[in-house]
Amino acid sequence: MFESTALLRQRFAALRSNAEFFSLRHVQQSQQHLSVRKNVAEPPFFQRDEGVMLTVRLKGVEAYAATADLSQAGLQRALEQAEALARQIASCALLDLREQPVASGRMDYCSPNLEHPVASLADCFDLLARESASVPADSRLVNWQASLGISNVEQIYLNTAGAELRQAQRFIYPGFTATAFDGQDSQSRSLGRENFGQQGGMDVIERCGLVNAGARVADQALQLLLAPNTPSGVRDLLLMPDQMMLQIHESIGHPLEMDRILGDERNYAGTSFVKASDFGTLQYGSTLLNVTFDPTLREELASYSHDDDGTQADKQFLIRDGLLLRPLGGALSQFRSGLDGVANSRACGWNRAPIDRMANLNIEPGEQSLEQLIGGIEHGILMRTNRSWSIDDARNKFQFGCEWGQLIENGELKGVVKNPNYRGISAGFWGNLSAVGDASTFQVLGTPNCGKGEPNQVVRVGHASPACVFSQIDVFGGDA
Amino acid sequence: MAATPLHSFQRLVACLQEQVRAPEHFTLGYSAEDSTFIRFNHARVRQAGEVQQANCVLKLVRDGRQAELQFTLGNDPEVDQLRLTQALEQLRQTLPLLEADPYLQLNDSAWQSHSVQDQPLPAVDQVLAQIEQGAGQLDLVGIYAAGPICRGFASSFGAFGWHQANSFNFDWSLFHSNGQAVKANYAGQNWDSNALALRLRQAREQLEYLGRPLKTLAPGEYRAYLAPAAMDEIMGMLCWGGFSAQALATKNSPLQRLYAGDATLHPGVSIAEQVSGSLSPAFSDEGTPRSDLRLIEQGRGLDRLVCARSAAEFELATNGADGHESPCALSMAAGELHQADILARLGTGLYISNLWYLNFSDLPAARMTGLTRFATFWVEDGQIQAPVSTMRFDDSVYSLLGSQLEALTRERELILSTSTYGQRQTSSSHLPGALVKRLTLTL
Repeated sequence: MFESTALLRQRFAALRSNAEFFSLRHVQQSQQHLSVRKNVAEPPFFQRDEGVMLTVRLKGVEAYAATADLSQAGLQRALEQAEALARQIASCALLDLREQPVASGRMDYCSPNLEHPVASLADCFDLLARESASVPADSRLVNWQASLGISNVEQIYLNTAGAELRQAQRFIYPGFTATAFDGQDSQSRSLGRENFGQQGGMDVIERCGLVNAGARVADQALQLLLAPNTPSGVRDLLLMPDQMMLQIHESIGHPLEMDRILGDERNYAGTSFVKASDFGTLQYGSTLLNVTFDPTLREELASYSHDDDGTQADKQFLIRDGLLLRPLGGALSQFRSGLDGVANSRACGWNRAPIDRMANLNIEPGEQSLEQLIGGIEHGILMRTNRSWSIDDARNKFQFGCEWGQLIENGELKGVVKNPNYRGISAGFWGNLSAVGDASTFQVLGTPNCGKGEPNQVVRVGHASPACVFSQIDVFGGDA
Repeated sequence: MAATPLHSFQRLVACLQEQVRAPEHFTLGYSAEDSTFIRFNHARVRQAGEVQQANCVLKLVRDGRQAELQFTLGNDPEVDQLRLTQALEQLRQTLPLLEADPYLQLNDSAWQSHSVQDQPLPAVDQVLAQIEQGAGQLDLVGIYAAGPICRGFASSFGAFGWHQANSFNFDWSLFHSNGQAVKANYAGQNWDSNALALRLRQAREQLEYLGRPLKTLAPGEYRAYLAPAAMDEIMGMLCWGGFSAQALATKNSPLQRLYAGDATLHPGVSIAEQVSGSLSPAFSDEGTPRSDLRLIEQGRGLDRLVCARSAAEFELATNGADGHESPCALSMAAGELHQADILARLGTGLYISNLWYLNFSDLPAARMTGLTRFATFWVEDGQIQAPVSTMRFDDSVYSLLGSQLEALTRERELILSTSTYGQRQTSSSHLPGALVKRLTLTL
């Protein structure tokens, strides 16, 4: 672990620059993706990646250069490129960063269970093959796939203020999906995949529930095929954690990103219906809503000790009792806005610069069991597992769809329905939060696929949530 | 003098040829770029950087087994050859652990392809000065991305492909003080100061309309004109498995009813994968020469995109699709509606410049939802009346490009991808605008 440290220290110390400040962020990643589709192992795909980003600050103007050339000459060349660019943009730079504080911490951080190796390639394939083989013979099952992604990332951050921050993390992404087809309609059901990932080792696979999942997931796909369409109308909506994560992500996470509020993302990811003046004053949701930026749940995807600008990460309430308190803004956004923020300046790799991102964005559990949540609904619907997401560029008008729906009548779960969709407006939706599940309904989830930024970046984000009930939501089905 | 990317790749291929032993076979893909990225906010530079990156994807095949490894190159011949050797060794150790792959299919032809377009790009100083001059006091936000892009491919059967192109892509929005915005883009391979100035001026003129009081529409059904950039968003959704042989076979395609013959689009809808003459490499990431394909012909599904694996699994002929079977050079046939007649033919309804964040609300039914974004106008009697607040639509492609399609424009727009996920993309689409009799707005 951290084998590059001595060499990087030595080469960083030997760099020569006119800049008042510069930093080096070295990222080394290895990944493997395994899959068995319809009982046939697909070719395994491995990836090794390593490079650095050098960032300079020259008279308050920052610029970066990223390279995979780790030789002394290569690093020096990149540093000089960044300096030259900083000089070129100086006359038209948006920001003067001469007064912005820089990181100086020194710390190591590791994922839980990192000391335990993951299963061998052969054992991983055996697991996937078993799950694939457990799918029953049924001509309506036209596709199924078991998959496993494993990613190891080491990052070393050094700067001229003396910071040395090292992080070694392992991310596990298990998944299973099955598709059923009746000659006209097709329905898919899944476990994990884009809706689940955690830090850790083989314990993550256990927590995901992949073992013995194949037959169950396939059966649910068949149930959906036989199910009626979701009826249209206004109902109470019970969202399970694997849809709550998407709801949190799109209609709390993105609108609270400070760089959106500052306008950086207006050309691509969008802006926000939230204004800088709303922090401390806006009632974002009902008093049941408590939202935290929480890097302390160690298995969650975006737990870390420091963000990619070197700011120390700790748990903060962004929304408490429904009141909006602070944005998702890293050190730079805090400097620009004058608002308190969190340690969420993150990059997807060595070739992209850190920007404000979600990390672990969670809803704190309430006090009701799942039975109590269901029992409190007279006319409603339960939805599980996101399959469709769409929201406007200000993160207000949304429409989301799930794989699995079950009607709720008079406090009891009823039949399965397919194509469950719902739509609403963020600014009012969270005000309709009428019940929050307790710790027994709480799940730690996350996705590796959050896209944002120019140039574009995909990062992993964690979302942990209990099941939640929203009153009087516009629900509808599909065409089939 | 430093080695060129082509020489670096050729050296790696030679190194690999020396090390690979019969009955082993290999393919080696190469991807590199040297990019300048400059982000703007409020017409000032928000963030700027240079990125130099290169990687190879090595596939090793032996005894009916295959595995792939992608590794980053370090711009040092010794380091890169060591990484190649290590990658080869890891794959050699992996193959015996695998079952024989029934869908392994190798292209054993020794095809050759070479394309280099190395027109000079403008200096950063020049770009910044022109943008500053053109934007003036306007609130401009966006990104300038530029530099050379290289793609290479070689196989143990003697195939060798090289694609190198210098390109730039300036993608920006102008914001009115009321929060409304117009989007514009200037991309290509030959920088023309006058062309940039013209596009900035056109965007500025559109901005004036956005200063009018905002009109809020009620959900309902409206006549609408979808400009090429809005059509590009719809096509982007269809490219998400729509034409994929695997997605069609496994019933995960939004166009499965079209290709099954259970549904049709308007007979004026013809869509091709038109690789020849496009900016995309002439060969796929799997190392197969790409074919021009007629994906939809007069409203009916025709060719599908078939990668080597799908060809073997579904007993089809491969046609140069990438592994994910998505078009890289989509081209939709033009119609008869003249650009100058759009507003008059629209009469009363919506002029939609862009759509945003589309997704499927019912995939097998090709029903999708999304939102208006950037300059969307309410038009009455052929005259622009007011910008329209953000609205959500939810409608089926079989309606929008089928029963409710009234006309396609004679003029088409070439849209070069602005995507920079992982690396700068080379895909493009060539699209007309569409006049539709009914677009369903829901929120």
